Amino acid sequence: MSISRRLASGGLIDRSRPLNFTFDGKTYGGYAGDTLASALLANDTMLVGRSFKYHRPRGIFSAGPEEPNALVTLRSGPRAEPNTKATTIELFDGLKASSQNCWPSPQFDLRAVHQLAGPLLNAGFYYKTFMWPAAFWEKFYEPAIRASAGLGALSGLDDPDTYEKSHAFCDLLVIGAGPAGLAAALAAGRAGARVILAEEDFVLGGRLLGDTAQIDGVSAASWAALAEAELGTLPNVRILKRTAVFGAYDGEYGAIERVSDHLQVPPPFVPRQRLWKIVARQCVLAAGAQERPLVFPGNDRPGIMLASALRTYANRFGVTPGRRIAIFTTSDYGWRSAFELQKAGAEIAVVVDARAEVSPEVRKLAGNAPQFLGAHVSDTSGYRRLTGITITDSAGKTRRVAVDTLGVSGGWSPSIGIATHLGGKGSWAEEQSAFLCDERPPGMQIAGAAAAQWTLAQALENGALAGAKAASQVGLGLQAQKSIVASDEASGATPMWLFKGSRRKAFVDLQNDVTATDVALAAQEGFRSVEQLKRYTTLGMATDQGKTSNVNGLAILAGEIRKTIAETGATRARPPHVPVAIGAFAGLHSGKHFKPTRLTSSHAASAALNATFVEAGQWMRAQWFNAPGENDWLTSVTREVKAVRSTVGICDVSTLGKIALCGSDVGTFLDRVYINTFSTLPVGKVRYGVMLREDGFVMDDGTTAHLTADHWVMTTTTVNAGKVMQHLEYCHQVLWPELDVQTVSVTEQWAQVAVAGPKSRDLLQALLGDAFDVSNEAFPYLACAEFHVGNIPLRLFRVSFSGELAYEIAVPAGYGEALFNALMQAGKPLGVTPYGTEALSVMRIEKGHVAGSELNGQTVARDLGLGRMMSAKKDYIGRTMAAREALVDSNRPTLVGLRPVDRSHRLRNGALLFARDVTPAPDTNAGFITSTAFSPDHNHWIGLGLLARGPERHGEIIRAWDPVRSGDYELEVVDPVFVDAEGARLRA
Amino acid sequence: MRIPCPYCGSRDSSEFSYSGDATLTRPTPDNADAMFDYVYLRDNPVGLHREYWYHAAGCHAWLKVTRNVSTHEVIEAVLAHDEAAS
Repeated sequence: MSISRRLASGGLIDRSRPLNFTFDGKTYGGYAGDTLASALLANDTMLVGRSFKYHRPRGIFSAGPEEPNALVTLRSGPRAEPNTKATTIELFDGLKASSQNCWPSPQFDLRAVHQLAGPLLNAGFYYKTFMWPAAFWEKFYEPAIRASAGLGALSGLDDPDTYEKSHAFCDLLVIGAGPAGLAAALAAGRAGARVILAEEDFVLGGRLLGDTAQIDGVSAASWAALAEAELGTLPNVRILKRTAVFGAYDGEYGAIERVSDHLQVPPPFVPRQRLWKIVARQCVLAAGAQERPLVFPGNDRPGIMLASALRTYANRFGVTPGRRIAIFTTSDYGWRSAFELQKAGAEIAVVVDARAEVSPEVRKLAGNAPQFLGAHVSDTSGYRRLTGITITDSAGKTRRVAVDTLGVSGGWSPSIGIATHLGGKGSWAEEQSAFLCDERPPGMQIAGAAAAQWTLAQALENGALAGAKAASQVGLGLQAQKSIVASDEASGATPMWLFKGSRRKAFVDLQNDVTATDVALAAQEGFRSVEQLKRYTTLGMATDQGKTSNVNGLAILAGEIRKTIAETGATRARPPHVPVAIGAFAGLHSGKHFKPTRLTSSHAASAALNATFVEAGQWMRAQWFNAPGENDWLTSVTREVKAVRSTVGICDVSTLGKIALCGSDVGTFLDRVYINTFSTLPVGKVRYGVMLREDGFVMDDGTTAHLTADHWVMTTTTVNAGKVMQHLEYCHQVLWPELDVQTVSVTEQWAQVAVAGPKSRDLLQALLGDAFDVSNEAFPYLACAEFHVGNIPLRLFRVSFSGELAYEIAVPAGYGEALFNALMQAGKPLGVTPYGTEALSVMRIEKGHVAGSELNGQTVARDLGLGRMMSAKKDYIGRTMAAREALVDSNRPTLVGLRPVDRSHRLRNGALLFARDVTPAPDTNAGFITSTAFSPDHNHWIGLGLLARGPERHGEIIRAWDPVRSGDYELEVVDPVFVDAEGARLRA
Repeated sequence: MRIPCPYCGSRDSSEFSYSGDATLTRPTPDNADAMFDYVYLRDNPVGLHREYWYHAAGCHAWLKVTRNVSTHEVIEAVLAHDEAAS
């Protein structure tokens, strides 16, 4: 039966709301307002895990986000979150947590044998030991070390929760809602500034919650509650609780709001966390300060904690973590903590101050407790819990005191990390014994303890001033501020970095098991800069980023290398200041939501016809349609091709990019972006065009139709639609703004269906009736027209990708599904067949048309057999560069048709091409196969390829070499047009 | 980073595509050497730089943005159209 360490009264917990939780399978009780750490301490559970390297028993060390020890895995299954700080987990009913890095339990950990191997695991051990034989490192040593050292494990399961991203804008962002932050928010908020107050904790107040001082005649915690209430009445102030600002970026701040982490499961439609991008004109960093631990032999035992944390547990949570408490301090704050603990009813066994002189007023704070000045703690005892300390007094005499808890206080380190994210660096201020930040992000002030304004009265005044200044910076009049009256306190501190004593390890970094000896060893081995020290010893790494260890570590390093702390400097802090889940950065853009899925207007109708869909850019396109009895894609595709070539088929081609161009200079404009001439294209005609990048390589192709005198519509390939739009806008806005041209994307506005096959005219006739004359005389090959059927605008283009008599018919997208269905209906007597992208591809390969596989960014127009289109009469984008020697070299791989000598052989894309008599090697390679298809017309596989001097080699037998797929076969080089070479069908 | 689009106001940089040096002028087609430099050669200046940004997720305007590449401070953004026309 565990003992309750909960005080009979007091604290900011809600005793009317008891909560149950389990830790390592055992059930405990706590109250609303507890953290997991305070609830565990209330149940006298101090030991919560094992250390990183040596598997030493470790207890709760702090009461906040600086916690190095009490890392637990919160929840289980897919929601398990490893390395969560027990000191920041807000208790909820049914919470389940488990310890990490120990087996079978924190009380009894078999890997504790690592402590015996201590000498092998010193700084940089992985560079020195486990080195022989070399092959063992990767296969044996590293996996073994990784398995036994380290933090919690990921579940490996999909995260079931959702995350959101949000932007916020304000005049002033206040980071931290302690005394300085609250005062700043009040001052600026009362002046009318739009304020966002972000606080990592679930209660506003910061240190006020652990204090019993009086402010404006009420207790510190009550004052914080009153401040929150007033801020709540101001419509221009937004309070973000459970929100940690984790970084300063260019012109904005990143913050993570833990929206549902304090609930068992996020409510429906509520994210687990929300990532904020906060654009703030001004910022007050009021993130407070971290109390520094002291480095002395045996300083890591469970029960040794920050003195300020003891105070917070007593005053905020109504918990005294121990029965008999000792305080070891080098600052007046240690005495203040002793005072507060006694006031809360704890027994202070002794106060040890390493300073020889302490003012009488401060010494009074310890009450009747024995005091030792100029003394230090030189050893400790107890394995799973502290049992005693050894004090070495100023005369060198030692004595042992039995205690179960020791509060340590080595002064304070301002929390300036966020201020240094844009390149500034903290500089050591000797007088305050702290790193302060002068070079800050634009518009940022630092206030309160973060600016070494240590006392409560200083912090409140400093914060109010900063808030008022920020308000005036954004153009608001200075308001007469109500002055805040607070009792002041003694704040003397003398840093002392290392205390000698027994031969036990003196830990600097509890999370990474870095000792004072490791720091000395690193210095001795030449790692003398703080950045080197960090990488060599791992000091200051991992989840706490050295919040309690950095300053002590570099101060000890400075001592070792006989430099000042100012000369030694601090490591650079980089975002994020607190760990942020990757899921929060992804937000809603995960899985299928990573990018939009665009559906064509015929999607549902195609699905009803058993279409299999394929992604093309962001679009889902029908790849083929499964007819009854078909269970092989090639059977379906072959049927579709045969249907188009013999009767008629329809295919949704809405996904092609469509760009409307209007204005009197569109013809001139198109002449400059296409290699061929468009200004001569009459109204009512369509022309195929190829455009280059400025470096001379082919960018995209497509047709452009001249609808009316000043209205043209261009089509692009599906995947390049955005790129071409951007390119046209560049050409127009940057290169030739004098041209009368306007461009707009109409891809989504128009649905377009290809109608192809010898019966396509019959189908259109059936669909359109008298509305439009589709005879060859009235509407020949490459004609286009815009007309109405009823009140529906309709565009008709006589273009063909398949090589058959074909049309493309376009309607406003809202009529797309009706058009598709009407074509299916009207085509029924003709045996109309819907076809997908595979059949489309087979037919374009049979016809020798280039597509994405050939427009691969490495081909010029000549390579694709389109060199004759390059006009010599005008300038166009890419013309000059396309004339470079290497790009007009006749040895360049050029488009050819390919067919297997053994007609039963299947061709595969990517196979390399060689002359028959050479040994395959990079320097004998003559090209590769770009596209392949099974041709129903020829009843064997055919291909397109890029082959050196290809057009000269028609009839030659070459070798296809495909080592990754064990392919080595002979091909015949042929003309790339396999079907209807003279083009009679499409003009029929 | 925020970019002050002349049409849309101050907008998040994620709405824009970056497109490099805006101080270059497209040479005449007969000058192949100048065209080569225009296509491939870029300076890598410290401090202030003028560069093209395209407001892809906004008004589709091409902007000339003056930016300090050392601090990412955006000093000015103007319409490339206006500059090119003047």
